[in-house]
Amino acid sequence: MRQLTYVQAIHEAHRQAMAADARVVLIGQGLWSPWYAGGSLDNLDREFGRGRVLDTPVSENAVSGMAVGAALAGMRPIVFHPRMDFLLLAMDPMINQAANWSYLFAGKASVPLVIRAVINRGGEQGAQHSQALHAMFMHVPGLKTVMPATPADAKGLLLAALEDPNPVLYIDDRWLYSQTGPVPEGIYRTPIGEAAIRRAGQDVTIVGISWMAAQALEAAAVLASQGIDAEVIDLRSLKPWDQGRVLESARKTGRLIVADSGWRTAGAAAEIAATVAAEAFHDLHAPVERVTLPDTPAPTSRAEEQAYYPGPAAIVEAARRALGQTAKACGTVGAAA
Amino acid sequence: MLRIRRAEEAIAEMVDSGEARCPCHLSIGQEAIPAGVCAALRAGDTVWGGHRSHGHYLAQGGSLEGLFAEVLGRTTGCSGGRGGSMHLIAAEHGIPGTVPIVAATVPLAAGAALAYKLRGEARVAVAFFGDGALEEGSVHETLNLAALYRLPMVFVCENNLYSSHLHWSERRLADNLDQAGAFHSVGGERVDGNQVEHVEDAARRAVARARAGAGPSLLECRTFRWRGHVGASPDQDVGVRRRGELAEWRERDPIRRAEILLATDLEPYRAEIDQEIRCALASARSGPVRDACRLEEHVCVS
Repeated sequence: MRQLTYVQAIHEAHRQAMAADARVVLIGQGLWSPWYAGGSLDNLDREFGRGRVLDTPVSENAVSGMAVGAALAGMRPIVFHPRMDFLLLAMDPMINQAANWSYLFAGKASVPLVIRAVINRGGEQGAQHSQALHAMFMHVPGLKTVMPATPADAKGLLLAALEDPNPVLYIDDRWLYSQTGPVPEGIYRTPIGEAAIRRAGQDVTIVGISWMAAQALEAAAVLASQGIDAEVIDLRSLKPWDQGRVLESARKTGRLIVADSGWRTAGAAAEIAATVAAEAFHDLHAPVERVTLPDTPAPTSRAEEQAYYPGPAAIVEAARRALGQTAKACGTVGAAA
Repeated sequence: MLRIRRAEEAIAEMVDSGEARCPCHLSIGQEAIPAGVCAALRAGDTVWGGHRSHGHYLAQGGSLEGLFAEVLGRTTGCSGGRGGSMHLIAAEHGIPGTVPIVAATVPLAAGAALAYKLRGEARVAVAFFGDGALEEGSVHETLNLAALYRLPMVFVCENNLYSSHLHWSERRLADNLDQAGAFHSVGGERVDGNQVEHVEDAARRAVARARAGAGPSLLECRTFRWRGHVGASPDQDVGVRRRGELAEWRERDPIRRAEILLATDLEPYRAEIDQEIRCALASARSGPVRDACRLEEHVCVS
């Protein structure tokens, strides 16, 4: 199959959706810029017109509210936040309005809105340009949250989000933009709420989220060389998340590592660990391990960044602990990466 | 106007008796604004409101039974008994949903106006909000965006002088809300919000500008609510000044003024409306209450 990069796949999804459906409009910051969206939206304004691709003033709250209103008026807007840190200025339209609308009106109306937010970590950008805030949104009823880790899912989940009658937060990660993979040419959907098994294994289950799903595959290769057969699950959707597939795998291997690109406390990994501990306790041979960011804001210095972001080594270490092959580490796992 | 007044007086009685338990924010004394503005609209236009929106809903033709049943938490309510007084929907009458976060629907109205403009439809979105909402940043962001994209919308500020318990002078130095749009290139007009024909005239001009593609306008309609911020009582707890003001504003009753304007005794209409209200209340009270086993319904739609 044809190979595309992750960013090319995002671009193609937007282009095909806009060509196929006149209701799709893009609204947000950086849409007319040659660099702001990292190549994911290049020239869409030229192809579809600046009336349908609106590069807005820096007014996240009202712009997101406008997207909610346009969705209620029959459009299929994608509101774009080039850095998800700025999404915090749009919490009211996302949570109070879009996520609650269907419930408040007993399903008589809903908000078919896609909110696209980019995690833009590293690069010495620091705490207000690097945050991965998905766990906050996973908490909210009525809001779906997806985080593709492969080019095929980057396209398929965006197209699925656009067809969903509910608000969907689509989070992509700039660190994944150059990854390549097979991407079907036409319009297709990756089902929201369905995880993917990226590698089958018997000894330990590693659930990876977004960037950490890619890291989990690298970790699995290292573990294989040490005689450990890891099963890798790419979660893809955080809300709803695929409890069935994760529980089935955890029951099979008896060991679970959750690798998340967000913070530790009350994070996505904590939710998954709690669910598996409650539902599959008697099938587990070891405590559930979490590989996460430490509970600190993103640093700016290069040395601190290297300590901050866990990579495959932290996942390997966690898997070996679960298998009883190393002493229990002290301190946070992320910091041990 | 009289229909709104009598319906809200009926709700006030249910609040007092404890029959209605959800927070009810009454617009008694302010009826000329929804009546005047909505008279300037046509089918297909939309009206976006907030916590105090019984008047907007009724002025657009929302059903009395739907309102009463909603306030009483019945599944026959306009929002299926999920919303209560603060969350009203009547999409078929151009009410896409009212919600109580202050100013929240102002950008939503702009988004609807953007949709109408993109599709080439000659429709107008009206954002109703109180004077307190002009202290929210999102309204100023929306004024700028609406002007920038020349959106077919009208900003209607129902200035009843109080944001909850705070008089405007405790929140601002200048009494100049009609100028709130000027910095964002949105023209403003101050209107006597208790004089229905003045409201309607100003709204007709603003709606015509919006429909013609000439962009948004702001109307500051001056009025006063006779009851408290929430509930049925006249809010005497906020002090002597408000009691004096209420006496003055009752002299400017928009319904009495309309009677004078029309040189008509509204009494026969009142009897007719009251009969309609009695029937709607009886139907609303017979509706089923929401069943707890459906708690998790409608979190998402499929």
